[in-house]
Amino acid sequence: MALPVAFFALFFAWPVAAITARGLKADGTWHLGRFAEVLGRSDIRHVLWFTTWQALASTALTLLIALPAAWVFARLEFPAKQVLRAVVTVPFVLPTVVVGTAFLALVGHGGLLDELWGVRLDTTVWAILLAHVFFNYAVVVRTVGGLWGQLDPRQEEAARMLGASPLRAWRQVTLPALAPAVAAAALMVFLFTFTSFGVVQILGGPTFSTLEVEIYRQTSEVFDLTTAAVLTLVQFAAVGAILAVHAWTVRRRETALRLVDASVTARRPRGAGQWALLGGVLATVALLLVLPLGVLVRRSLDAPGLGYYRALTDADGGTFLVAPLHAVWTSLEYAVAATGIALVVGALAAAALARRDAGRLMRGFDALLMLPLGVSAVTVGFGFLIALDEPPLDLRQSWFLVPLAQALVGAPFVVRTMLPVLRAVDTRLREAAAVLGASPWRVWREVDLPLVRRALLIAAGFAFAVSLGEFGATVFIARPDNPTLPVAVARLLSRPGELNYGQAMALSTILMVVCAAALLLLERLRTDRTGEF
Amino acid sequence: MLLSLEEATVRLGGRPVLDTVDLGVTEHEVVCVLGPSGSGKSTLLRSVAGLQPLSSGRVLLDGRDQAGVPAHRRGVGLMFQDHQLFPQRDVGGNVAFGLRMHGMPKGQREIQVRELLELVGLPGAARRAVAGLSGGEQQRVALARALAPRPRLLMLDEPLGQLDRSLRERLVVELRELFGRLGTTVLAVTHDQGEAFALADRVVVMRDGRIAQSGTPLEVWRRPADAFVARFLGFENVVPASVTGVAADTPWGKLPVPEGSPQGAGELLVRPAGVRLVGVGEGLACTVTARTFKGTHVALRLQPRGGGPHLEAACPLREAPETGAETGVEFDVAETVVLG
Repeated sequence: MALPVAFFALFFAWPVAAITARGLKADGTWHLGRFAEVLGRSDIRHVLWFTTWQALASTALTLLIALPAAWVFARLEFPAKQVLRAVVTVPFVLPTVVVGTAFLALVGHGGLLDELWGVRLDTTVWAILLAHVFFNYAVVVRTVGGLWGQLDPRQEEAARMLGASPLRAWRQVTLPALAPAVAAAALMVFLFTFTSFGVVQILGGPTFSTLEVEIYRQTSEVFDLTTAAVLTLVQFAAVGAILAVHAWTVRRRETALRLVDASVTARRPRGAGQWALLGGVLATVALLLVLPLGVLVRRSLDAPGLGYYRALTDADGGTFLVAPLHAVWTSLEYAVAATGIALVVGALAAAALARRDAGRLMRGFDALLMLPLGVSAVTVGFGFLIALDEPPLDLRQSWFLVPLAQALVGAPFVVRTMLPVLRAVDTRLREAAAVLGASPWRVWREVDLPLVRRALLIAAGFAFAVSLGEFGATVFIARPDNPTLPVAVARLLSRPGELNYGQAMALSTILMVVCAAALLLLERLRTDRTGEF
Repeated sequence: MLLSLEEATVRLGGRPVLDTVDLGVTEHEVVCVLGPSGSGKSTLLRSVAGLQPLSSGRVLLDGRDQAGVPAHRRGVGLMFQDHQLFPQRDVGGNVAFGLRMHGMPKGQREIQVRELLELVGLPGAARRAVAGLSGGEQQRVALARALAPRPRLLMLDEPLGQLDRSLRERLVVELRELFGRLGTTVLAVTHDQGEAFALADRVVVMRDGRIAQSGTPLEVWRRPADAFVARFLGFENVVPASVTGVAADTPWGKLPVPEGSPQGAGELLVRPAGVRLVGVGEGLACTVTARTFKGTHVALRLQPRGGGPHLEAACPLREAPETGAETGVEFDVAETVVLG
């Protein structure tokens, strides 16, 4: 427990506090009157209102579209399911900047829809909402579907035998068991869309702006640290409130679930309804997820003879000190380190939180753990630079700073994914191991770990993906000679010229392939291991 | 004394679940704790195992206070009510678990597992998945797993609770024989008096977290300590009585009681075998209200015509009157006990 607390205190609380202090403290005194000043402005109020309602709309739309897919992935068996599961996850790890650009190429001026039917969405909020669904589809499918696949179908059968209709059995038995996972997924989607940055910046134009975009603008364009600090605290408070409500609802619904091996619950589709649902989900995936990625790949191939890709190996393009391709290795190294840190910190925290006798203090910590997801990544990145650059902790020169920042965002995923499964493990199994002579550490290794290995792998995948795609914080702290993939893409995009644009598309495609490969590997690993069950 | 509890008390939510319990178990003894659900039996086992801390009092094993000793260092075994086999391990993996925890090398472990599975009547089952086992087989695997690390004390929580009757009766005999052969010290809890009597050298009856009676099965059966114990053992003929000499005043009239019975107001038990049917017009006049065939005998429910609580009687099949018949009843002094 001590390690996760220290980790979050040192690498999260302190940097955020440091940057807030810089904005609100002048000549050694706090100026809290600036709150009213900033919040009284009508443009700021407009930003707050838009941030909230687009997040709600995005969450609702994502749940609507992704929940049927969660069922399909959990309960139906079909060819290439694993490949598809990885494909679905790829959007989640793409840098926001790339996704924004891909959607612009799809629905914007001169985009695919414009060419075909003269339809443009880039001036409407629909482009933002669709891009948010694109991003967060995987969150719902993996979080909800992962648990759904492990729910014992016999529970529903028992309800059927007691006279419940299929719908009613689902509503009375499966839905309550699933509710914490759905709530957790909805919460994540809401947090991501509430703090959405790259997507809104590119697709929103001057009309639409979220808090995070405004914080970035105030920090790096207007240099108004006061307004940025106030907005950071507002976002912090909003996220804190949502998390508190969430923790409360989850605790109320928590029950020990009967979990079974996911491979035994999936069946081949039966009946027209199930085939239609499968078809619908596949069509949605194709249109919503694959099409934008396809446009991205096509753009990267526009130059003859893979010209954009060959340009990536050149170091003398002027944009970087090293060849852009070098960013692939840098990103992978960082991501492995960040995943390692996130897994250790997250798993320790989840294990401590899963104990039945966890006190109020611990449960409070549960909610606090989610804060790094909600706090502006821009603030964290900038805070790292301000807080961690002087003794006793001078990490500015250390390459380790980037994985640390990325692990900060990855660890909450690990906790979120593992906690429901850990809590569902029957306590008496642990007790049985203890009376057979297993120390608490061995109980965790022998009983909990085998049962949660699946969840752990999913969590590792998430953490890995998040750190590969992390942009907001990394952009501040990555060293110029060692950019990560998303940073390199953004830098290329910010330069004029067809070659730079094409290189960005090519690099994004590589990032996409790397992520897909890593995720496929994970899926494979998972199947091998589940054979033990 | 291998195990002693000294004024062991556990309070959960302010309510005492275990209330100043004193209990001793000597080596090679098989003790069965008997009581209805909620009487604190399982809590008793859990506090000996170290899974439930005591609010006050002490648990001693081999004379050493176990306060602060965690479950995995107590060297006691516990077989859980619903077995709690590890779902991700096969039968062999479950049985070998405790041996692994105690650092036994692999080769030796395999020999032990084979022996244990033979001992519990599942030879060659080591590679089977636990999910495919029947209830009785699971019970045997759970037993082998608990026996494997050779615990100084083996505790069983409702060991046969979920099994069907014939299997239960067979297994209880097997267990008894096995424990006798291995010299295992056993502390078991159950709510089934048949199981307790068949298994135990000594029976401890619990009520509301306290010990109501302790003794050999025969002692408890012959002289239940109070009306609660008598009723829990399945006896229904318990009535208030006022004893003077060798006679007692009861709602059923004046009954003979054995010499040396406690005098004054108390409660009186007549075992069903002590309710003798006689001709109409003799003894206490009763109506037969129910008749249950029990295989070896017929259980009758009789309503005294002059009022008072109903009576349970046992009689051979061919002498059993039909429901609705009138009969007279006399009481056998040898089957009558003044309680308390």
